[in-house]
Amino acid sequence: MQFSIAISGFVAIYIFMLAAFAGWVIIGHVPAILHTPLMSGSNFVHGIVVVGGIFALLNAGNVQEQVIGFFAVLLGAGNAAGGFAVTDRMLAMFQPSEHKPVQAVAGDHKASQTRKA
Amino acid sequence: MTDLLKIIPQLTIGAVDLVAAFLFMYGLKRMSSPVTAPSGIKVAGLGMAVAIVASFLYAFDVGATAKPFLTVNIGLAVVALAIGGGIAWWAGRKVAMTAMPQMVAIYNGMGGGAAAAIAAVELFGNKADGVTQLVVTLIGALIGAVSLSGSLIAWAKLDEVIKKPLRFQGQQILNALVALATLAIGGYFVAVTHGVITPPVATSDLIYIFFGAALLFGVLMTLPIGGADMPVVISIYNAFTGLAVGLGGFVLQNPALMIAGMVVGAAGTLLTLLMAKAMNRSVSNILFTNFGTVVQQKQGEIKGSLKPVEASDAGIFMRYAASVIIVPGYGLAVAQGQGKLYEFVKLLQAAGVSVKFAVHPVAGRMPGQMDVLLAEAGVPYDMIFQLEDINDEFANTDVALVIGANDVVNPAARTDKSSPIFGMPILNADKAKKVYVVKRGQGKGYAGIVNALFYGDNCDMVYGDAAAVLTKMIEAVRALGTKAAA
Repeated sequence: MQFSIAISGFVAIYIFMLAAFAGWVIIGHVPAILHTPLMSGSNFVHGIVVVGGIFALLNAGNVQEQVIGFFAVLLGAGNAAGGFAVTDRMLAMFQPSEHKPVQAVAGDHKASQTRKA
Repeated sequence: MTDLLKIIPQLTIGAVDLVAAFLFMYGLKRMSSPVTAPSGIKVAGLGMAVAIVASFLYAFDVGATAKPFLTVNIGLAVVALAIGGGIAWWAGRKVAMTAMPQMVAIYNGMGGGAAAAIAAVELFGNKADGVTQLVVTLIGALIGAVSLSGSLIAWAKLDEVIKKPLRFQGQQILNALVALATLAIGGYFVAVTHGVITPPVATSDLIYIFFGAALLFGVLMTLPIGGADMPVVISIYNAFTGLAVGLGGFVLQNPALMIAGMVVGAAGTLLTLLMAKAMNRSVSNILFTNFGTVVQQKQGEIKGSLKPVEASDAGIFMRYAASVIIVPGYGLAVAQGQGKLYEFVKLLQAAGVSVKFAVHPVAGRMPGQMDVLLAEAGVPYDMIFQLEDINDEFANTDVALVIGANDVVNPAARTDKSSPIFGMPILNADKAKKVYVVKRGQGKGYAGIVNALFYGDNCDMVYGDAAAVLTKMIEAVRALGTKAAA
C-alpha cells in the first residue's frame, strides 16, 4: 500500500492559482510602514525551499548529488534562518506610544489635540 | 510492517506540511498590521521549524540507490543546516538596519540558489517524470539561477562593491540574445532527453551550459540598473525565488513548497508594483531603461534665494510652534541622527508641541526602511504617518522640518512637466507655514534636480551634519527650560 497524493495537471494549477490569490490579498492590506519587514518576511517564507533541499540530499545516490544537495540545504537554511532573524529584529522595534496602546484611539486623540491647537 | 514504516512518516510529513502552510499564511496575515506583526513572524517561524524537523522523516522512504548513503546524507543535512543557518542567523542579528537592503538581497539569492540546486539534482539524475515535469524543472532552475546571480549583483551594488551601473551599446540586444539562448538550450535539452535528437555533447554538459547561461543572464540583466532602483529589483527577485520554489514544490510533489512559494511569488509581485508606483516608475522602465542617464532637461527658472539660519534659532522657533511635522530622509540615517531626532522630538512634546513624522513611501534605500530606522530609534509607530494620511495636514501646520530628504519634497513633481520626477507623489512640505531644511550642503538629490522648495519664501536652510544640527537644537531648547508652553 502506498500513501501519496499525486499533484499533477489541473490540481497543481488550482493550487498555484489559489495560493497566488491568497498572497495577493494578504499583502494588499499591508500599510507602507511595514514594507521593509514584509519584504524580508516573505523572503523568509520562501526559505521553506530548505525542505526540498533536505529531500534532495537524503535521496542523493552519488557524490555529485550529495554535493549539490548539500549546497541546496546550506543555502536554503541560510535563507530561512537569516530571513527570520532580520524580520523578527525589525518587527520587534515597532512599538506603540506607551499610554496609547491602540492605534485607532491614538489617532482620535491626536486629531482632537490638533483641533484644539 | 515495512509498509507501515513508510506510511506513517508519509502521513506525518503530509500533516505537518499542511500545518506549516497554514502557519505561513496566518503569519503573513498577522504581519499586515504593526500591532500584530511581531507575533506574525514568530507564527511563520514556527511553521518553518516544524516543516524542517518533519522533513527528516523522508529518510524512511529513500530509493534503493540512496540507501547506502543514507547515514552520511543525514549527517550532511544536519551539518549544512547548522552551518548555513548558523552563519545567516549570526549575520542577521548583527547587521545594521541601514544595511538591511543588501542583507535581504543575499538571503534572497540563497533561496534562489537552493531552488536551482534542487532542480539541478533532478536534472542530473534524470528524475523528471514526463515532459511536463522536465519543463517545469527547467523553468524553476532558470528562475532560481537568475535570482541567485541577480541578487548577488544587487548586493554588490547596494554594498557599493560595484559603484557604477555598467552600460554599453547594444546591451539590451545582448541580454535578449542570452535569454533566448538559455531558453533554446532548455528546449534542446527536453528534445534530447526524450530522444527526439541525439546531441553532439553529453547531456550533463548541456545542463552545465544551461545553468551557466541562466546565471550569466541574471548578471547581465542587473548590471545596467542604477543603485537607487535596486530595492525594486530585489523585490522582483524575491518574487522570482518564490516562483522557483513553488515550481520546485511541484517537481518534488510537495504542496507546502508549492503554496509557500506561490504566495511569495504573488506577494512579491504586488510589492514590486507598489514600490514602482511610489517611485513614479513602471517596472519595465526600471528594468529596461537607464535612469540617471536621462538628459538633464533645462528647468524653469527658480526665483528666490537660499536663506541659511542657525540651528539653535530653528530649534527655538519649533519649541514655540503649536505643531511640527518632520520629514526624515536617508540623509538622516547616513548621519546616524535618528536617536538625536527622537530626543529633540521628546523635548518638543514635553513643551506641548504636537509632533508627527511624515514618511514618504520610498524614503530610505528600500521602501519602508525609514519606518524601520525610526522604530529602531524608539519612535512609536503611531507617530509615523504615511504620505496619503498626512499630506493634507501640512497646510495647517506651523513648521515642516525636512531632514536629509530632498526629491520627495520637491514641488517640481507637482508643477514642472519637464522635471524627471514630474508626477511622483511628494510630501507637501512646502505648504507648511514655515519650512526648515537640514542639509549637509547645497548639493542636489538622488535625481540630480534643483529643489524649488529650498528657494521658497517660507523656507530656511540649516546647513550641517544632521546629528550635529540636532545636537545644537537640543541644547538650544534645553537652555530655555522645559516648562510647558502656554
